Amino acid sequence: MSVLQAMALPAMPQRQPQPTKEFLNTPEKQGTPRAPWMAVRAPPPPAGTRWGLGGTCVNVGCIPKKLMHQAALLGGAIRDAGRYGWEVAQPARHDWSKMAEAIQNHVRSLNWGHRVQLQERKVKYLNVKARFIDKHTVLGVSKDKKETLLSADHIVIATGGRPRYPTLIQGASEYGITSDDIFWLKESPGKTLVVGASYVALECAGFLTGLGLDTTIMIRSIPLRGFDQQMASLVTDHMASHGTRILRGCTPSRVARLPDGRLQVTWEDRTCGKEDSGVFNTVLWAIGRVPETRGLNLEGAGVETNPESQKILVDARDTTSVPHIYAIGDVAEGRPELTPTAIMAGKLLAQRLFGGSSDLMDYSNVPTTVFTPLEYGCVGLSEEEAVARHGQEQIEVYHAYYKPLEFTVAEQDASQCYIKMVCLRQPPQPVLGLHFLGPNAGEVTQGFALGIKCGASYEQVIRTVGIHPTCAEEMVKLRISKRSGLDPTVTGC
Amino acid sequence: MPTSSPPGRRARVLSPGTSRPSSEAREELRRRLLELIEGNRVMIFSKSYCPHSARVKELFSSLGVDYNILELDQVDDGANVQEMLSEITNQKTVPNIFVNKVHMGGCDRTFQAHQSGLLQKILQEESAYEYDLIVIGGGSGGLSCAKEAAILGRKVMVLDFVVPSPRGTSWGLGGTCVNVGCIPKKLMHQAALLGQALRDSRKFGWEYSQQVKHNWETMTEAIQNHIGSLNWGYRLSLRERGVTYVNSYGEFVEHHTVKATNRKGQETYYTSANFVIATGERPRYLGIPGDKEFCITSDDLFSLPYCPGKTLVVGASYVALECAGFLAGLGLDVTVMVRSILLRGFDQEVAEKVGSYMQQHGVKFLRKFVPVMVQQLEKGSPGKLKVTAKSTEGPETIEGVYNTVLLAIGRDSCTRNIGLEKIGVRINEKNGKIPVNDVEQTNVPYVYAVGDVLEGKPELTPVAIQAGKLLARRLHGASSEKCDYFSIPTTVFTPLEYGCCGLSEEKATELYMKENLEVYHTLFWPLEWTVAGRDNNTCYAKIICNKLDQDRVIGFHVLGPNAGEITQGFAAAMKCGLTKQLLDETIGIHPTCGEVFTTLEITKSSGLAVTQQGC
Repeated sequence: MSVLQAMALPAMPQRQPQPTKEFLNTPEKQGTPRAPWMAVRAPPPPAGTRWGLGGTCVNVGCIPKKLMHQAALLGGAIRDAGRYGWEVAQPARHDWSKMAEAIQNHVRSLNWGHRVQLQERKVKYLNVKARFIDKHTVLGVSKDKKETLLSADHIVIATGGRPRYPTLIQGASEYGITSDDIFWLKESPGKTLVVGASYVALECAGFLTGLGLDTTIMIRSIPLRGFDQQMASLVTDHMASHGTRILRGCTPSRVARLPDGRLQVTWEDRTCGKEDSGVFNTVLWAIGRVPETRGLNLEGAGVETNPESQKILVDARDTTSVPHIYAIGDVAEGRPELTPTAIMAGKLLAQRLFGGSSDLMDYSNVPTTVFTPLEYGCVGLSEEEAVARHGQEQIEVYHAYYKPLEFTVAEQDASQCYIKMVCLRQPPQPVLGLHFLGPNAGEVTQGFALGIKCGASYEQVIRTVGIHPTCAEEMVKLRISKRSGLDPTVTGC
Repeated sequence: MPTSSPPGRRARVLSPGTSRPSSEAREELRRRLLELIEGNRVMIFSKSYCPHSARVKELFSSLGVDYNILELDQVDDGANVQEMLSEITNQKTVPNIFVNKVHMGGCDRTFQAHQSGLLQKILQEESAYEYDLIVIGGGSGGLSCAKEAAILGRKVMVLDFVVPSPRGTSWGLGGTCVNVGCIPKKLMHQAALLGQALRDSRKFGWEYSQQVKHNWETMTEAIQNHIGSLNWGYRLSLRERGVTYVNSYGEFVEHHTVKATNRKGQETYYTSANFVIATGERPRYLGIPGDKEFCITSDDLFSLPYCPGKTLVVGASYVALECAGFLAGLGLDVTVMVRSILLRGFDQEVAEKVGSYMQQHGVKFLRKFVPVMVQQLEKGSPGKLKVTAKSTEGPETIEGVYNTVLLAIGRDSCTRNIGLEKIGVRINEKNGKIPVNDVEQTNVPYVYAVGDVLEGKPELTPVAIQAGKLLARRLHGASSEKCDYFSIPTTVFTPLEYGCCGLSEEKATELYMKENLEVYHTLFWPLEWTVAGRDNNTCYAKIICNKLDQDRVIGFHVLGPNAGEITQGFAAAMKCGLTKQLLDETIGIHPTCGEVFTTLEITKSSGLAVTQQGC
């Protein structure tokens, strides 16, 4: 496990980096322009899972989770197929190992692709664990303990975050796993308890259920904190009605391994103060992530962090407290923890450093999608946030419960397919936030995110002609405001 | 000064002006004439010396009815008025008489109406007509217009009657979209996609019996059940809104009057102040021996009680390709016979990619051939048909045997058998389409049209719905907003879906010149396809930007899964003035297909390869 993070931006006028005292596997051509880089290495998680170049998204994040989500959706498709005339013996069985191998192979091909890309663009890649010696010097230690001293004019910290383990729960780290491990399991996790209510928790619990595993999710307080809470509860309602067991208001107190290898989890039900317990094959912690800043000796370089979050403090130009040290991605304080924002921030930073650009990253209206069984896409403000900023009286919320056409023949329940558009009340009613719960939410949301970027108003959105028959067209057909109190259920075509 | 003959008063129409009015002046004239017609209980357009006009004036005087006169020979612009009147009423001569907004006709017809008592009836009635609005055709456009008018408090009737197809297929309320269009085709497309999903699912670890067969009857029954519930829903929603629904064939017999003929041949007459023609289109036949006897169309396919088997699809319209696509996806042997190009009017680069994906997935294409004869070899469900086709480029002829021949060569407007000639509504004689102005008004002012019958407008359900709704609102004074037919997004539900909005590359080049355009494009590989082992470098994204207008996006094209879902939001963004810069500044949603548009870097002009690598 790895990592050298490098910003790949070739063919830009660049300053020559300081000569480095290092030994590299790849011979370097004379005069080759080199991109600034820095290296970090994080400790392996307790379960010992390791992976290749590419970071969280590729190895233990977006990519494998969307693929497992897809596997779960295909399970649904197999059930639907019968209604659509396909004669499939039900129920179909799922082979975890086969899926995992296919997904892991794909991830490995991406790891390889990243290495090739770095090579093509003449970025030196060192598989070493790095820490600061001083402001300009980084020490890299390789797997076989070889040390490399590196220095550069500019250093970018992009070490990301890793899943958090609970510290006070007995057995948590010995017996539990995290999202760092789940995608690399060779065998089915079996009956699983997912602890947490983050999107990671909900997504994992969702696809595990979809793959036919007995899955329980334990939520201490609210699901999807920071997201629109009406949408969040629809997401969990849908999961509950599709077989995920949800334990609300519960906190685990200990995990013990039984003689047969299964895990006994004891928890406190805070709604009634009682203790309860259950036996699982796997316990997955998804209670949050911690930035990878502790092993970097940031103090040694003078880079300041937020003592509470441990994230690195940055300004709008991604500069840390040390002018030539930058931080981007999940490790930087106050940034959304999303791959596309990190990619764009990295690119813009490189362009500012070496491309004569002064473009800053705009972190407003970043769209995102939670790949729960029923996908939830959103951009802009939640209803709560809009009300907090502008006041209830200034906000108009248009909403609809709709039924995707494909659900009809499949006889699927569409109770949670819901859309809401949060606007300012004053005409032309600028759109502040869009929330879409339904199939293909990511695809639906992307274009509307652009609309918001263009300053779309409610009037403009509803003047857009729909594409029939799609789910996305329901967005441009929103007519019922919450204030009207009318039934927002879409009827007819 | 002209003199007026009591009890009539003189109406004044025109200020002195030129004899050849501009189109603006013509509209103004039309508006003023309509004001006179609407604003007077009896309005007579006449000439002071005309003996027939004198008789009519005497008639109204004798009835003691107050009337208004415009003497065309005494106003400065009489010739223009007369021309406009003939445009409005299809009557060139004077007198031209309106009673309670009803066009009575000339002298003779007014006297006839007097004798029959109709004139007195019209004069007595508060409103001259039974209805405020009669909509002919209960499809997407007609229904939306009817419902909206009813919501605005009008008395509305919908006449809907489905003439059975040559093969005897007919259906319920809701028009093409619900019964033989969007809805069943998307559901059959979904059935085909599920077939693909079944194949993919094995790669994702799912295990089930190896042999998976598709049962046409199960699918069709489920789809028809859903359609049945939609038909019922439409009837219910008309009833709830107080719209009178009559399951009869409507045709104009005289001004403001339609004859409605039901299944049993019973005729009823209805009058209305305004009419909306929303009769839509029906599939075209080839006009070759055997076509109507043995071939089916999309009107028949979706409710076909048996699996069509080995199928020849004739045509390259989106209907043809969609049907061929899902039939192949359901496991049938499908051939498409194409006369010239695929998806005329769509971006041809993408159209060819749509076709080549279908070809790679088992659809056979016979290009540059047209059928000349269809013969039945065997009866049955399905039977066996022999199709003879000839090359469009030479003397070559070929023969093929199929179970089913599906014609999808285009659609004809249902405008030639609804009595339009009786009231003078003009149609384009070539294609039967109805030309309208920007408020969907035909040349006969009280007759409007929406939906697929319109000339030069997109044939799409949501467009018809929007146009119908806005028309009702305008007609009844609720709004002045017009339907915007520009930049309308659409999606072709071929096996690989194709969504687009704005201009094709060809059209953009024609309008803006190649040098003023920048085309960004890329191939992409949906994440879900990787593990499924499906073709890399097949899906395609393209935008066309106008360099002279801040790189505004004037064309958007996406070929890939869920293209419809992707395109919708981008269409909204285009409505708000989407530019390339805004695309670049927008954060992608990872991992989706839609995000590819936020990272488009390669221009066509650069000539760089667009094959995709990495994440």
